[in-house]
Amino acid sequence: MTAPLDVSGSATEAQPESVLAGSGKVIEGRSLSRIAWTRLKRDKVAMGGGITVIFLILVAVFSSVIVSAFGHPPLEFHPDQIDSATLSPKGTFGGVSWDFLFGVEPVNGRDIFSRIVAGAWISLLIGFLATLVSVVIGTVMGVVAGYFGGWVDNVIGRIMDVFLAFPLLVFAIALAGVIPDEGFGLSGNGLRIALLVFIIGFFSWPYIGRIIRGQTLSLREREFVDASRSLGARHTYIIFREILPNLMAPILVYATLLIPTNILFEAALSFLGVGINPPTPTWGGMLSEAVRFYTLPHFVLFPGLAIFITVLAFNLFGDGLRDAFDPRAR
Amino acid sequence: MLTYVIRRLIGAVAMLVVVSMVTFAIFFVVPQLAGATPEAFASRYVGRAATPETVQLIAERLGFNDPVVVQYARFAKGIVVGAEYDYGTGVEHCPVPCLGYSFLNQQPVWPDLLDRMPVTFSLALGAAIIWLIAGVSTGVVSALRRGSFFDRLAMGTALAGVSLPIFFTGMVTLVVFSYGLNLTAPGGSWTDFGENPGEWAYNLILPWITLAFLFAATYARLTRAGMLETMGEDYIRTARAKGLREREVVVKHGLRAALTPILTLFGLDFGLLIGGAVLTESTYSLPGLGKYAIDAIANNDLPKVMGVTLLTACFVVLASLIVDLLYAVVDPRVRLS
Repeated sequence: MTAPLDVSGSATEAQPESVLAGSGKVIEGRSLSRIAWTRLKRDKVAMGGGITVIFLILVAVFSSVIVSAFGHPPLEFHPDQIDSATLSPKGTFGGVSWDFLFGVEPVNGRDIFSRIVAGAWISLLIGFLATLVSVVIGTVMGVVAGYFGGWVDNVIGRIMDVFLAFPLLVFAIALAGVIPDEGFGLSGNGLRIALLVFIIGFFSWPYIGRIIRGQTLSLREREFVDASRSLGARHTYIIFREILPNLMAPILVYATLLIPTNILFEAALSFLGVGINPPTPTWGGMLSEAVRFYTLPHFVLFPGLAIFITVLAFNLFGDGLRDAFDPRAR
Repeated sequence: MLTYVIRRLIGAVAMLVVVSMVTFAIFFVVPQLAGATPEAFASRYVGRAATPETVQLIAERLGFNDPVVVQYARFAKGIVVGAEYDYGTGVEHCPVPCLGYSFLNQQPVWPDLLDRMPVTFSLALGAAIIWLIAGVSTGVVSALRRGSFFDRLAMGTALAGVSLPIFFTGMVTLVVFSYGLNLTAPGGSWTDFGENPGEWAYNLILPWITLAFLFAATYARLTRAGMLETMGEDYIRTARAKGLREREVVVKHGLRAALTPILTLFGLDFGLLIGGAVLTESTYSLPGLGKYAIDAIANNDLPKVMGVTLLTACFVVLASLIVDLLYAVVDPRVRLS
């Protein structure tokens, strides 16, 4: 935790560590983030997850470049790759070749590699933006509830209970289903993305909100907050300068753990046909098309593995991050 | 105890009112905010061929032009005491609980829901039994043998489990076990329990295991974390110091405390599932409530979706209520606080 008071003057004069100086080692003060980083670097599994996450983000951001370099446009049909009698791809294992790295889709012959790469962009975009929405709402609600307490805390706590008890998926399906194709000044996939971000973010904030509330509750009683208050600091100052900086670690950890959940959520909605509209490629949408072609395993495997690897990487990294920041761990 | 029960019951009823408001808002207010007109609602009831005058008339009859509050009151009244629909040609009576009529075939929604309930309930019950036993016992053993090979293997599997979407594992298991090895029933198989219990179980075994694996992963992780925390408590040391057998310390003192948050979660999860295991039912084509809702969405048949939404919310509220009341019976601290 960051030091609340500036004690550099008197502390260095007293030199409390001078006893240890004889051992020849220089003792340096390390901030929490430095300690966490050192721990994280030692955790090979978490680092593996982190590197995979960075790789996936790069793939998503540069998806259009990758597609034009290694594949065919994701919406382009390749009837020449399809056996007209069986409607399945001509080549072995779904038409995997240097030209089509992951093979082609049955019937219309679209390049699966391009669709997976393009789908990464949608998946991560919605995963990140939805998490941002829930982190912002969750942090505001959690800090307000924890800091002010009393009836404010009661009301917000009740709201969180209501949200947690809601049948999330069913509500999201209903909401995604009733919205017309145009509305709120948006149309097409812009509207769908905005809608999914809002739905997913809006229904998952209580998970972060509860954690932030608990942390704020204990921070509020700490000495440095008392000190700040007795020096006449206003609520806004205490919240933004004393409490929020100390909440950064839990916010970062739980945001990282919420991203994979939200990616799964988006995939589920697209799988059910209430997410992004086809023909825009999404992993969930590809899986729902694959249901009809279960005899062609590659068609199920690639989008499924894409979801699995992405979610697993975020989970591994998030778990490692939590252990690194938790002083009680290990 | 009685005051606790009454307070909790009032809370549950209040929750149901809030849920019904939110459902109403999703189906009638949000589309209007997005630009749908009362005529757009009405035209769903009369089909494409209707003249604008007919649509106008129906919108007026069904009250889509009334203020939102009035519309909500009518909606809530329909659920509690039933409703009368005046179509001009005759008055149709919709019995309690009136969840409206399907746009497609003009059939009331509620009897449909009753038809589908056994499927979803069978699926949820079987899966719940498997995942509770498998998840909790794996979590306990993992916590007791922390760092062992078993622990690492179990936690690795659990992490993979929470990272796998059921519509992927479901498809893979179908391809491998049903179509490849011919061991289990193909997708879409359903037999009523009363008709043939053996076939009922045979048809459901694959969905049960797949669904349970997903939840067991979460429950194993939670149980392990909870057990690690409780086993470090002072009262565990006290129990050991009294000379209790280890089994008694673990089960009676450790597990009992660690199970509390898990049971709360179980109430929510189970309530949610019996309201419609949407993803599992779509993957395995089981004719349950979730499949019903998804098929209805595809046809834009909103009253059906609304029915499932409300029913699921009721189940969640009910399941949480039951779990809370069970706590009050088992743990005196709950009802005194």
